[in-house]
Amino acid sequence: MLSVKNISKIYQSGFNKLTVLNNISFEVAPGETAAIVGPSGSGKTTLLGLCAGLDRYDAGSITLYDSLLSELDEDGLAQIRNQHVGFVFQNFQLLPTLTALENVMVPMELQGALNAKKKALALLDKVGLADRATHYASELSGGEQQRIALARAFSNNPKILFADEPTGNLDTETGQKVEQLLFNLNRDAGTTLVLVTHDLELANKTEHIIRLKGGVLV
Amino acid sequence: MNGWWIIKMAWRDSRKNRSRLLFFISSIVLGIAALVAIAAFGKNLKQEIDNQAASLIGADLEISSGKPLTVSAHKLIDSLINLSQSHAEEHQFASMANFIKNGGTRLVQIRALTGAYPFYGALETSPAAAAFTFLDDQKILVDKTLLLQFNAAVGDTVKLGDLNFQIAGSLINTPGKTVISGSVAPTIFMPLSLLEKTGLSQKGSRINYKYYFRFLDNYPVDKLVEHLDDQFEQLSLRTETIASTKENTGRSFTDLTDFLGLVGFIALMLGCLGVSSSIHVYVKEKLPSVAILRCIGARSHQTFLIYLAQIIGISTIGALSGVILGAIVQQVLPWILKDFLPVNVRSDISWSAIVQGILIGLSMSLLFSLIPLLSVRKVSPLYTLRIQSNDRLSISKGDALKNLVYLCIIIFITIFSRFQLNSWYQSIAFVMGISMAFVVLYGTAVLLMKALRQYTPLSWPYVWRQGLANLYRPNNQTVMLIVAIGLGTALIASLFFIQGILLNRVTLSSSKNQPNMVLFDIQSSQKDEVAALIKRSKLPVLQKTPIVTMQLTAINNYTLEDVRKDSTLGFSTRAFGGEIRATYKSTLDPSEKITDGQWIEKSMVGDTAKISLDQSYAKRLKVKVGDRLQFNVQGVVIPTIIGSLREVDWNRMQTNFRVLFPLGVIDNAPQFHVIMTRVPNDRVSADIQQLLVKRFPNISIIDLDLILSVLDSILDKIGFVIKFIGAFSILTGIVVLIAAIMISKYQRIQENVLLRTLGASRRQLFTITGCEYLLLGLLASITGIILASIASFLLAFFIFEASFKPSISVILLLLFGVSGLTLFIGLFNSRSALNQPPLVVLRKEV
Repeated sequence: MLSVKNISKIYQSGFNKLTVLNNISFEVAPGETAAIVGPSGSGKTTLLGLCAGLDRYDAGSITLYDSLLSELDEDGLAQIRNQHVGFVFQNFQLLPTLTALENVMVPMELQGALNAKKKALALLDKVGLADRATHYASELSGGEQQRIALARAFSNNPKILFADEPTGNLDTETGQKVEQLLFNLNRDAGTTLVLVTHDLELANKTEHIIRLKGGVLV
Repeated sequence: MNGWWIIKMAWRDSRKNRSRLLFFISSIVLGIAALVAIAAFGKNLKQEIDNQAASLIGADLEISSGKPLTVSAHKLIDSLINLSQSHAEEHQFASMANFIKNGGTRLVQIRALTGAYPFYGALETSPAAAAFTFLDDQKILVDKTLLLQFNAAVGDTVKLGDLNFQIAGSLINTPGKTVISGSVAPTIFMPLSLLEKTGLSQKGSRINYKYYFRFLDNYPVDKLVEHLDDQFEQLSLRTETIASTKENTGRSFTDLTDFLGLVGFIALMLGCLGVSSSIHVYVKEKLPSVAILRCIGARSHQTFLIYLAQIIGISTIGALSGVILGAIVQQVLPWILKDFLPVNVRSDISWSAIVQGILIGLSMSLLFSLIPLLSVRKVSPLYTLRIQSNDRLSISKGDALKNLVYLCIIIFITIFSRFQLNSWYQSIAFVMGISMAFVVLYGTAVLLMKALRQYTPLSWPYVWRQGLANLYRPNNQTVMLIVAIGLGTALIASLFFIQGILLNRVTLSSSKNQPNMVLFDIQSSQKDEVAALIKRSKLPVLQKTPIVTMQLTAINNYTLEDVRKDSTLGFSTRAFGGEIRATYKSTLDPSEKITDGQWIEKSMVGDTAKISLDQSYAKRLKVKVGDRLQFNVQGVVIPTIIGSLREVDWNRMQTNFRVLFPLGVIDNAPQFHVIMTRVPNDRVSADIQQLLVKRFPNISIIDLDLILSVLDSILDKIGFVIKFIGAFSILTGIVVLIAAIMISKYQRIQENVLLRTLGASRRQLFTITGCEYLLLGLLASITGIILASIASFLLAFFIFEASFKPSISVILLLLFGVSGLTLFIGLFNSRSALNQPPLVVLRKEV
């Protein structure tokens, strides 16, 4: 499903080069769950971004769902993301001008899927927010927003879900509820899950833990 | 790609921003309104001129001559009389009118008429019958403004020359005449049959002889004129037909509406600049949403198209609003311009003007919006992971497509101005001028921000520093506001300055010791008596000049015929056409300076006369010192050699001449004289005019003070028209300013809430905002005034050849007016941001 081989990422800052990731390799099989952990600045989010095709790497290769990411242009990457990838972010990233329902519908609409509204309503029901379908992000609490984001992430039936600190902005109780929902949806859909977290308790709930420190695997 | 989805997303995304988006686009509404109103007005005016051309000229054919007709010319006129259905004759000249009841005198335009002119249209008089009855008796029609000026009424007596006339009616409207032309030289119609008895036709002054003809319907008048063209030219007869009137009048008014259209276009450009700036901030706010869409699989062109669809939508609404407003403004334009128009203009809707307004508005607003909008294509989905604050999202630079858009804008403006100005040279100059103004204002804004960032003293109170810092914070609107307000100020200041230059030019010449009264048409036999009378009235005779009229008949022995046959000779046929008024004297005036050759004071018997030419006249004739010119001085051929060239200061209030003869050549030619004097006040002016007109009825008098007041009122009227259209730029500047404040409102609320949470009082927040807008207004108005001063100086130096001294009162008025208005609008529109409770920001979405 996801194969990362010897990838490196270097940022140029003036005359200085900053190696953020150095020679990282790992694999995640279909349906497996993995957590990327490490201290702040260790390159966790950068690695997630590269795996999801949000950024370009400088060396090595990443194969996502049989596609070598370095061979795809921006639109090709967008197509992969739309058809095979789901995202959950620490700060929810709902489109503020869209209602909860519309936020969940967008990935399906992009695919040209039929019955997007019906499917989106079913997903909202699954995350327990069917009654908030017409609400905007600003009218929802943090926990509700993240549940909407989860519904959106699963709306295009992704093969793989990338989650960046999915409970980072939530209190413990709400965080645990969202965690539970995430793993339940993941299990039901049979989706591969790669998440970035500081929370070792959350990481321990996954099958693989990828530990980073200073841009290298430890 | 799913176009419907794009539109649906654009609609959804706009949901929470519609009022703001409409506000952005309101900046272009006024510009489009001005363009539509002017274009529709121009079209209606042209239509009316076409419809009313016959009544503008009043006949099918008008033939005029600046001198009495020769035998051959008479023959030609007689043959035309035979061809025509009816005809009329008119002698037109300037003379003094003396209102007997109160002794008032004034220089008027006398139109001595015989026949049923006008054949088309009518002389509008009160009573209406007077237009027909005055020809049969010793009666006249007097311009209504004259009657008002001298408190005269129908039935009163006016003396013209040696004859008393009874006023038959008040002249309300004459075909083809505008209110402005009437105010310069008010008209009196009299019967031609009585002209000789007035004694006015005997004088040497210029009489314009006019013949009007009416032909049968569908008679090919233009073909006839074309057929006789050579004869007309040989006989120095000018012709005017309905078609040529249509063309000439139409052309002058097309020039006027094109110019006004260009002023309106500046308002649109300012508005587009405001739109561009607003969209820039809007797009920056939208970047996180774009990144999310990209993250969940939207392609870059899809996200771009979502926002493009929004812009097209709001631009269409803006353009339509502009069109509606334009249609309303169009109703007012005929009233604003009424004094300049020879015809009544209707206010019909012009669909072509509406389509043109929509297309220009949409294209301009789209082009200007594309500059910030193109950045949407470059938004990386990585922003969803990396950036938490949209302030840090940068908009990419150095995009080839963006450069193409800049190029398109320049091409669009150049082509538009080319159509307005009908000259590539002028349109490029216009684009360069506007670009220069943009660059100067842009540079000023950038320098201000840099200077504030580096040099704001830390010792200054916090509220000042914070207010000034607002001018260079992220998402600031400093550049756009300085450009918009500065350009608007420059436009208005230029109008004031140019009006000042024109008035100064005349006012200066009326300063102390300069003549302010000109007496002309004085016969040789009268000149000494007139001078004596002036002296007896304790007034000075400042200048006494003989004037001899003549025509140029050959340049270096080439006649008009030779020049017409051989274009390689390099002389213009027009050099031979007009009447030249020359003088003779032995010494030059202080206003004249020899630049080439030598001035000969007296010509000896048998010598070829060595004359002196004004150097710019010599340049037009393409002649130099040593070349030979031959003149026809009222039937006598006089060969001359150009002995010298002179630089003449035409700005002085005195008689100046293009051709100057030495003594001993034309001294005995038929001539008339001009005497100049200076009167200390209106009372003395009226007294001496009355005295002179009574004693010498043929003499015409120009009162410079009267000319000045007429000029002042004309400039006021012209200024009002231009200011009316220019006001669209100022109003656009205000809308742009309000839009800029609205756009940064949320950011301001956040800042103010934070400051209030930290303990800032409302007064302190007020001072911070006030500092920001006051500096913005001051700097924009100062830069605008400087730009206007430079432009006015260049105009004064190169075009008007006058000195330019900007009026301090105008400068102060604009400086305080514009800065005060900016400050007021800034504070007024920020009041909700100043009054927000701190809690509101916690729930506020981006």
